[in-house]
Amino acid sequence: MFETTTLNEQNRTVEKLWRTLLLVMTLLLILPVLVILAVLVYKGGPVLSLDFLLTEPTNGMTAGGILPALIGTVWLVSVALLASVPIGVAAALYLSEYAPENWLTRALNLAIINLAGVPSIVHALFGVGAFVLFFRFGTSILAASLTLAVMTLPVVIVATKESLQAVPQAFREACWNMGATRWQTIRKIVLPNSISGILTGVILEVSRTAGETAPIMFTGAAFFLPFLPQGVFDQTMAMSLHLFVVSTQVPDVPEALPYGVALVLIAMVLAMNATSIAFRTYLRGRKKW
Amino acid sequence: MVEPAAEGKPRAKVEVRDLTIRYGAKAALANASFEIRENEIFGIVGPAGSGKTSFLRVLNRMDQFVPEMETEGQVLIDGNDIDRWRNLYALRRRIGVVFPLPVGLPLSVYDNVALSPRLSGVRKKVDLDVIVERCLTRAALWDEVKDRLDSLGSLLSGGQQQRLTIARALSQDPDLLLLDEFSIAVDPVTTMRIEDVLKDLRDEMTIVLVTNLVQQAARLADRTAFFLTGELVEVGETEALFGGKSEDERTRGYLAGRFG
Repeated sequence: MFETTTLNEQNRTVEKLWRTLLLVMTLLLILPVLVILAVLVYKGGPVLSLDFLLTEPTNGMTAGGILPALIGTVWLVSVALLASVPIGVAAALYLSEYAPENWLTRALNLAIINLAGVPSIVHALFGVGAFVLFFRFGTSILAASLTLAVMTLPVVIVATKESLQAVPQAFREACWNMGATRWQTIRKIVLPNSISGILTGVILEVSRTAGETAPIMFTGAAFFLPFLPQGVFDQTMAMSLHLFVVSTQVPDVPEALPYGVALVLIAMVLAMNATSIAFRTYLRGRKKW
Repeated sequence: MVEPAAEGKPRAKVEVRDLTIRYGAKAALANASFEIRENEIFGIVGPAGSGKTSFLRVLNRMDQFVPEMETEGQVLIDGNDIDRWRNLYALRRRIGVVFPLPVGLPLSVYDNVALSPRLSGVRKKVDLDVIVERCLTRAALWDEVKDRLDSLGSLLSGGQQQRLTIARALSQDPDLLLLDEFSIAVDPVTTMRIEDVLKDLRDEMTIVLVTNLVQQAARLADRTAFFLTGELVEVGETEALFGGKSEDERTRGYLAGRFG
């Protein structure tokens, strides 16, 4: 009754084949990441030092550190977050909790998806037109950050909407049934149970914002500035643009320098992603239903 | 407000006049007229899809949250048309609802019961403590949870969560309590305990008990209505209906378990 038939054998062979094939594909996927990291550490590692992080570039950017670029990226990301998080979360709350199912809602959702598909260089040109010229912010941190914010808004909205919708509808109904308004329901039940997902989305947004180059090139990031930005109307250097500049625009840069810049940038992004993952794991452990 | 009830005649808590509920073209309930009397347990029985749950949704105007749901006709609570009720939140606060599947909100046991009082402005811990203990006691849950009021309501067992839901409904201090097949996810022992609770609550509020279990209606309800595929077939004293005195062949068949 339990003897192995030829068909069983065949199934087992095919099963093994697929499992191996899929595993190989997955490993192939990880390979580029590992190679990039290895090369960066190998070639850029030697230039890394506290001095590298804490001094300004010297000798026409062929020596010295990356402090202005590092500080600039922090500025750009922070201001972008201040703009995109409140707007994005508010929009997601409206779309998920209030919006009636009608053509306007469908159009809004479609617009958000399409906004996510707009190439970053197009956002850059929009930023020049809207923030630099029309609003007269000039090429500044403010203009660059707002451009980044517009670009990352869809990410924030979609991530927030998904976390809101992960809260079971039965919880909302129970609240409404006891006479709670929609806002009371959001504040007492929906937000406390979706905040982890929302924050995860925000951190992922940060890591993406930090790496963008095109949107800030024409709107606020400078080739080289010998001083740190003092406010949002200053121009600033940025890690991503600095990497582009030292790799391609400046003659006689020592080979290790661009690798060092890239290593710091990727470390920043990976650190933020890791924070996001750790955070999510922590909060998922406290999941309440 | 309505006039005080005439001598001997029980006052109507809910009056339903020619109520029709539609989802798009499909009628969930058609031309139903009946009344639910003050301080009675009013049973509604009938097979799935007969409009029982839709009727409950209309009572506390939750149809507002279902865009494709339309109603015609009138429902009066204490003589007031619920369509003309200005403050729906106040209306819903007077009506406690218990769902088929227990919904323990992801809050502590204490906060589950304190939520509704807090929403309506009770802030002081001493006042909340009193409400929470009273409601949990009346829902026959206090003894089991009094030592872990801080643990999550959603982690209680199914039967406990259903009693928590009842305690939460009671915390609204309702004068109308709607139960929608409350015993579906509850073991028989807990069901009997909850039924005892309901019998006691009858003195203070009007209870509408929608149930799939014909015998449950027979045990609890003072009067019973039989809904069948969107039609109100019959309303009557439970004893009379179950005593085989029903005028309608279908009611007799359903109550005797011949179909449904």
